[in-house]
Amino acid sequence: MYTFPNKLKNIARVLMLLGFIGLVLGFLGAPKNVAEAKAMAATEHHGEGHGESGDHHEETHVDESHAEKSHAEENHGGEAHGEGSHDSSHDEHLLHQLQNKPWAALYVAAFFFFMISLGTLAFYAIQRAAQAGWSPVLYRVMEGITAYLLPGGIIVIVILALSGMHFNHLFIWMDPEVVAHDKLIAGKVGFLNVPFFLGRAFFFLAGWALYRYFSRKFSLAQDEANDISNHKKNFRISAGFLVFYIVTESIMSWDWIMSIDPHWFSTLFGWYVFASMIVSAVTAIALITIYLKSQGYLEFVNDSHIHDLGKFMFGFSVFWTYLWFSQFMLIWYSNIPEEVTYFITRIEDYNITFFGMIVMNFLFPLLVLMNSDYKRTNYFIIMAGIVILLGHYLDIFNMIMPSAVGDQWFIGIAEIGGFLFFLGLFLYTVFTELTKAPLLAKGDPYIGESERFHY
Amino acid sequence: MSNQVLHALYDDDDVLLKAVKEVREQKHHIEEIYTPFPVHGLDKAMGLEGTRIGIMAFIYGCIGFSVAITMINYIMIEDWPQNIGGKPSFSFLSNLPAFVPVIFEMTVFFAAHLMVITFYMRSRLWPFKEAENPNPLTTDDKFLMEIEINGNEKELTALLKKTGAIEINIPQNHEE
Repeated sequence: MYTFPNKLKNIARVLMLLGFIGLVLGFLGAPKNVAEAKAMAATEHHGEGHGESGDHHEETHVDESHAEKSHAEENHGGEAHGEGSHDSSHDEHLLHQLQNKPWAALYVAAFFFFMISLGTLAFYAIQRAAQAGWSPVLYRVMEGITAYLLPGGIIVIVILALSGMHFNHLFIWMDPEVVAHDKLIAGKVGFLNVPFFLGRAFFFLAGWALYRYFSRKFSLAQDEANDISNHKKNFRISAGFLVFYIVTESIMSWDWIMSIDPHWFSTLFGWYVFASMIVSAVTAIALITIYLKSQGYLEFVNDSHIHDLGKFMFGFSVFWTYLWFSQFMLIWYSNIPEEVTYFITRIEDYNITFFGMIVMNFLFPLLVLMNSDYKRTNYFIIMAGIVILLGHYLDIFNMIMPSAVGDQWFIGIAEIGGFLFFLGLFLYTVFTELTKAPLLAKGDPYIGESERFHY
Repeated sequence: MSNQVLHALYDDDDVLLKAVKEVREQKHHIEEIYTPFPVHGLDKAMGLEGTRIGIMAFIYGCIGFSVAITMINYIMIEDWPQNIGGKPSFSFLSNLPAFVPVIFEMTVFFAAHLMVITFYMRSRLWPFKEAENPNPLTTDDKFLMEIEINGNEKELTALLKKTGAIEINIPQNHEE
């Protein structure tokens, strides 16, 4: 049995505390009225994203003139009407952006860590449904990570519900005033309305948590069982879950992320979020496995298992890039104003995070994890893993921030605070769950094959 | 320098793998093993060096990458610039996204083809080449181990018999 070391427990607590303070400071720092917002925008980091445009500026130049008009309209969501009172509506908009900032920081971090555990659940179900022979020694680590699913999911849904109650303006379609003046959103009200939205969110989380509950239960029961009936049940529910998951994950990504920008749509968005999710999940599994191994646990995990996780990190990183590029190139090429505005705001206002993320999520893992021997070396997996995790945090950041705060973004105290808080909560939950069961799923019929696994 | 070799035939890959380990423990030199299918772990048991074809694949990929960039820059930008979909090709960078699929495919094409050619050359394979395996059974279901002998046939034969060889013989007309 694993015991949660006090040192790590304290680190998790300190992270939560620091993160909480950061978030509180972020919320206190948000402007309360238009005058404060204007003063803040004047003094602080205005045009942060423009600084690094250098190389890529040229690239977007051709598009600019085409999409300039629509860009202005789109970016301002429903508030671009009323040409006469442009100045005051602009200020109002600035206020909303700055008020959104701590909320968005909270939401990005909450979603990111929730996503890791949901991705791990999907990866776990794939191993179960495929009856994989190499991975059963890692089942308990994966089950530990998925323990964060329910608390993490509840936090995300609470944030969504608070948006529904107009505590923030993350989702502009939730504002009846905006919808009244926006034909495009008005046409989507049948799907995008607060009760249905929250109902869906609740239904999805309930489905995922139920699978998690039963698969964990069967997995623990299998340890002591004389036959493999629990294993078979786990196989069946895992296959069923995967069908449920891929549909709900896709709708979840439209709901929770794409609808922040309700005029824009992309048909492969669900896959794109999935790619981000699964690569973060595999990375988290690898990092936690290596950590536990370094503490003298998981003696049955050998470097072939780490090698396989490294292959998945490499492969899913390339898969993510493939989807990222597929989405980008089609929209860039067709240059339809209502679509291309999505990338124009990101390239103009978020240049460093937008292109930085591609380096972190693609170039770095591609070059570091290409060599077969490096994938067996813990040091390289940890280094690549940390960069991949931060890169996919930035990916979520790039999905949510531009529509929520426009060019007023900054990775400041609220963003870092949000990240640390949820990191602490994640570690605390995961390592607490790891203490509850033996780290080897000894009853699994494939455990012998997994222990002998070598490349 | 003796060219004399001994052929031992096995009918099971697990038995073969164990035999390889034992023969190597006794410090005999295994020249070659012929198998009807790839046997997992055989290269390690024989103590063969790891393949370096991955390094070549990377280099070939880099060559394909550079060739593709040079090629598409010449075709699309320098030689015959066109205005496609409102995107006039005045500079390579501003049209880069459209070129990425081509660059990717060329990288894969170069890496794959050059790697296959390298593999053939290293394995001394070419069209119409006479088969080298000494016993046609190794293309069906038998495994053949070829061991160098230096006047120690008796000792070696006994050892191989013990490891489960089903047939042992010393080919007379062995050519090198």
